[in-house]
Amino acid sequence: MSRTSSKHKKTAKNQASGTGYWANAWFRLKKNKGAMISLAVLILMVLIAIFADIVSPYPYDLQNADHAFQTPSKQHLLGTDNFGRDILSRIIHGGRISLLVGFSSIIFAIILGGLLGALSGYYAGAVDNIIMRSMDILMAIPGMLLAITLAAAFEPGLNNVIIAIGVAEVPIYARVIRSSVLTIKGQEFIEAAESIGASDARIILRHIIPNCMAPIIVQATLGMAGAILSVAALSFLGLGIQPPTPEWGSMLANVRQHLTTYPHMAVFPGLAIMITIFALNILGDGLRDALDPRLKN
Amino acid sequence: MSTLLEVRDLKKYFKTPSGTVHAVDGVNFSIEEGKTLGVVGESGCGKSTLGRTVIRLLQPTAGTIIYDGRDISSPSKEELKVLRREMQMIFQDPFSSLNPRMTVKDTILEPMEIHRLYDGDRTKQSEAVLNLMDTVGLARRLANSYPHELDGGRRQRIGIARALALDPRFIVCDEPVSALDVSIQAQILNLMQDLQEEKNLTYIFITHDLSVVKHISDIICVMYLGQIVEMCPSKTLFKQQYHPYSQALLSAIPYPKVGVKRKRILLRGEISSPIDPKPICRFATRCPHAKPICFKEEPTLVRVEDQHYAACHLQKESQPYELPFPEDTVEIENK
Repeated sequence: MSRTSSKHKKTAKNQASGTGYWANAWFRLKKNKGAMISLAVLILMVLIAIFADIVSPYPYDLQNADHAFQTPSKQHLLGTDNFGRDILSRIIHGGRISLLVGFSSIIFAIILGGLLGALSGYYAGAVDNIIMRSMDILMAIPGMLLAITLAAAFEPGLNNVIIAIGVAEVPIYARVIRSSVLTIKGQEFIEAAESIGASDARIILRHIIPNCMAPIIVQATLGMAGAILSVAALSFLGLGIQPPTPEWGSMLANVRQHLTTYPHMAVFPGLAIMITIFALNILGDGLRDALDPRLKN
Repeated sequence: MSTLLEVRDLKKYFKTPSGTVHAVDGVNFSIEEGKTLGVVGESGCGKSTLGRTVIRLLQPTAGTIIYDGRDISSPSKEELKVLRREMQMIFQDPFSSLNPRMTVKDTILEPMEIHRLYDGDRTKQSEAVLNLMDTVGLARRLANSYPHELDGGRRQRIGIARALALDPRFIVCDEPVSALDVSIQAQILNLMQDLQEEKNLTYIFITHDLSVVKHISDIICVMYLGQIVEMCPSKTLFKQQYHPYSQALLSAIPYPKVGVKRKRILLRGEISSPIDPKPICRFATRCPHAKPICFKEEPTLVRVEDQHYAACHLQKESQPYELPFPEDTVEIENK
C-alpha cells in the first residue's frame, strides 16, 4: 500500500515539475531494467568502437604465424585466428564497422524513406500512389536479396554497403512515416498552422515530423539490429567489407574451414553480433513502450 | 458601420465515393464590422465547413466571398498570405488544435515568425508574445510549458492568443467553448467579448449551443443541411421564429425549473443525407407541418419581417414557438 502511494507521488511530482514529452518518455524508459541494461551495453560498445585504437591490446592486422589458432589465454584473451591475429582486437575494431554501417544505413533509410513517406502522406492522391507503389515494388523483393544484388552491382566498399543495406530499408520507413503523417495531418493543429499562413515545408518539418518521431525511433532501433545482421551477412558472402579490415561477418566467413577444429574463432564474433542485436531489440521494445502516449506512467 | 464580409451563394461540395456531399449549399449573409454572426445547427449541418470556407482554409466550389470590398474567392498565394493576417480562426478542440511538441511561447510566436512581424526582431516578438499572454489571461510563467500540462481553459486561451498574434480584424470561432466546462465557458466567452470591444473584432461564432450563441451574437443564422433556414437578430429569434426547425431547436433548450410546463416539439426521423440532396425542402421529411409543396419545391430564404429571413413555404402558417419562460433567462450568467 505504502509502496504504491510513494510511487504515485513520484509520478505526480515528475509531471508537475514542468517536463516535456521526451522527459516523460525517459522517465518511463528508466523504469524498464532490460532496456536500461541494453542501453548501457550499447553505449559501452559505441565507446569501445570509438576508442578502438586505445582499447584493443594489439593492432587488428598484426600477424604472427607462430601464434596462429591459439585458444583463449592470458596474452590473447579470446585467442588468435589462422593468421595469428588477436581476435579480441579484431572484434573491437570490427565493432566500428558494424555499428557505423548499422547506424549510417538506418540514417540513410530514415532520411530517404522519411522524405518519401512524408510527401506521400501529406500530398496524398497521385503523389501518394506513385511513391507508395514504387515502395511496394521495392518491398516485394526480399531485403537481403536486394542488398546482395546492390552490393554485387557496386564495387565492394563501406559506402556502397551502407547504401545497399539502406535502400532495402527505405520502404519500411516510408510506410511507417506515411501512416503517422496521415494520422497527424487530420488533427486540428495542422489546420491551425495553415490558418496562420505556414508553408507546406514548414508544416511538414515543424509540425508533422516532430510528432511522428516516436515510431521512427522504435523502428530505427529495431532496424539497426537488422542492418548489423545484413552487413555481417554481406561480408560473410564476400560482398561487404573486404579483408584485412575486420568485420564481424567477415570474421565468421573466415572461420568456415576451421570451424570444427577451432570453434573459438567463430564463437566470439558470433557472440558480439548476438549481444549487439539482442541489446538493440530489447532497447527497441522498451522505447516502444516508453514512447507510447497511451501507456502514461 | 460598414460591411466587412459578404458571402454570396457560397457552395462547398465534397466528392466522395458514394456521391457529392453538399456540405454548404447556397449560403448568403453579410457581417458588419465589429459584430458577431452566430451560426447554429446540429452536428453535420455544415457550419464548420462554412467557417473554414469563409477564411479560405477550404476552396469554395462556387460563390463569392467579399472581404473588405475585395473578392477573395480565389486568391493567389501572396494574396492568401496577406489575407491570413486579417482573418484568423479559433478552433473547437483545445486538445488537438495545439501542437503537443511546441511550448506556449513557440505556438504564439509562430504566426509572427511566419509573417516576419516586427521586422523579424526576436526580442520584440517575444515581448509581444508575453503581452498577448497578459491580454488573454495566461500567466507569463506558463510561457515555457507544453499544452499537455495545462487544462482546457488555458489551452483555449493559447488558441485565442495565437489567433490574435497577427492582429486580425475577423475571426471565425468554431465551437470554441463546446469542449470546455460550463464555468470555463463563461470565462472564455467573456474574454472573447472583451477582446471584441477592445479591438473592434468581427466574429463568426459557430456553435450548437443556443444559450451560448444568444449570449454573444448580434445576428443568428440557423443552418440545416448546408443551408441557412432562418436568419435574424439574435433577440428576435427567441421571440419569433418562422422556420419549424428553429422552433424545434428552441423548444429543446433545457429550462432548469421544476413544475414549468413546456411544449416540446419532437422531431421524428433522421437528418436526411447531405449526399446529392433532392431539390425539395430539406427539412420536409422531418417537418411536423409538411405540405405537398414542401416535397416539390425548394424554398428560398425570403424576408418575412424587417431583418428577419426564413426559408420555408409555410412560414406564414406555422406558429412561432413560445418559450415557457422569460427569454432573458436563457443566458449564461455574466461574471
